[in-house]
Amino acid sequence: MAAKTIISRPIYGTLSPQPGKHHLFIADAEGALAITDMAGKAPSGFFDGAEIVFIPGPEGKHIAGLEALKPAQLHIAPSFASLLPRLRQTLTNARMGLRLYLAGTEGLIGQAMQVALEAGIDHTSMQTEHRGSLARRMQCVHCKGITENVTTQPALCSHCGLLLLVRDHYSRRLAAFQGVCINAEDRSEIPPMEEIFR
Amino acid sequence: MSTGTTKLDVVVSDVVPVNELVTRFHFRRRDGGLLPTFSGGAHVVVEMRDGDRTRLNPYSLMGSPLDTREYTISIRRDDAGRGGSLFMHRQVKPGLEMVISYPVNLFSLDLRAKKHLMLAGGIGITPFMAQTSQLAGTGGNFELHYTCRTASLGTYADVLQQRYGNRVRLYHDDREERIDLDRLLSSQPLGTHLYVCGPAGMINWVRDRAASLGWPPETVHFEHFAAPQPGAPFDVELAVSGKTIQVGEQQSLLEAMEAAGVDPPYLCRGGVCGQCETNVISYEGKFIHNDHWLSDEDHKSGCKIMPCVSRFEGKSLILER
Repeated sequence: MAAKTIISRPIYGTLSPQPGKHHLFIADAEGALAITDMAGKAPSGFFDGAEIVFIPGPEGKHIAGLEALKPAQLHIAPSFASLLPRLRQTLTNARMGLRLYLAGTEGLIGQAMQVALEAGIDHTSMQTEHRGSLARRMQCVHCKGITENVTTQPALCSHCGLLLLVRDHYSRRLAAFQGVCINAEDRSEIPPMEEIFR
Repeated sequence: MSTGTTKLDVVVSDVVPVNELVTRFHFRRRDGGLLPTFSGGAHVVVEMRDGDRTRLNPYSLMGSPLDTREYTISIRRDDAGRGGSLFMHRQVKPGLEMVISYPVNLFSLDLRAKKHLMLAGGIGITPFMAQTSQLAGTGGNFELHYTCRTASLGTYADVLQQRYGNRVRLYHDDREERIDLDRLLSSQPLGTHLYVCGPAGMINWVRDRAASLGWPPETVHFEHFAAPQPGAPFDVELAVSGKTIQVGEQQSLLEAMEAAGVDPPYLCRGGVCGQCETNVISYEGKFIHNDHWLSDEDHKSGCKIMPCVSRFEGKSLILER
């Protein structure tokens, strides 16, 4: 769980069952464990009206645990990009009473939240729980390119090659932390690169 | 006085009876200028100077926010109330100079909503008159469900249907017409916000059903100005100003403090805005809480009171004022 530094830095909670008519879960990797942990607190029959969309990631674990919850639908996706059309379609057709639960890495929570905000769900109405990697999705403020899975400070922009300070300044609209050139005055000055977002 | 109580000097420009219970009042600036901009859902506090007594009651602005040449309010006559509405109906005539507060909005539209679902009961229609005008001016998506006792008491129902056609649905109590609330709430597209204004029972019913059906609290907006209820007189010690006052039968605690020269901040005088929240230092007796501001825990704790609408019965009460 990341410490709160500046006001835009997202903080995450613990998933808890909400009143509602439909429950949509989006999770990646260890985010599955947040769902199975929450299941212990859920009223019986809760998952009868639930849909779980899960990205197992490279390790491919936790699918059996989600299957055991017997949700109305369990959809396994190889990546966030691959589930995006389905998610958009679900939210477009949804009615009030749908509750959204996001669990897993910050990148997954942020990108799913971005789509849900566009669909009209307030960010405070979503349940979130951070599990797994602290790797960041970063936007270079200079070229606007997004670099995924940033684990170092500073980090290299994968688009324009500038060396960037990864700030805690976060944009919900872009679902990304802001990266600002760390050596704009003197490009020959190269601070040591440390792996800090694991 | 305090927060939000900046005053406007106005003159009553028109008084229009709307039906057997409701009368509309129009105000213009005495200097002929434009009134301050407001947004749909805003209210003003009207000062009623009735002999040696001054009442301050909140009323929703019902005109279009796009027109600030005048403000309009509609008041339902309450024969059993504390007399504010009767004063307005009987004493206020065109040409009378009055003082009103700047507009304050505690019931504003959330303009991020994809759709606005409005539920009105009785005179609770007034804020929606302004909100629908505001939304219609910008192509906003709204739907209004309006419950009234009878067609003749359906204040502005005709105007609304004329303006907005089938975006307005009427329900008449005398024809046993009822909102199918669960079905209505369950069929709204994602991103809808809900607004409800009317009697306390209706507001509680709608909020309760919305919560059960999975509407997040951020999407449910409501406004109910509780009128201060009369009750047995009681004594209060004001520790900060060192005064002991008596609250009369027809007076609110806030009014009694003001009469003693103590001016707590206020915006709504109806138990909604939270401005006049007052700490209790000690008490022996029981509180009669009538506000919508404090939580149930606050009400039980005996540590806080909203002097605009709540009262006290018992031996002693000391407040931090």
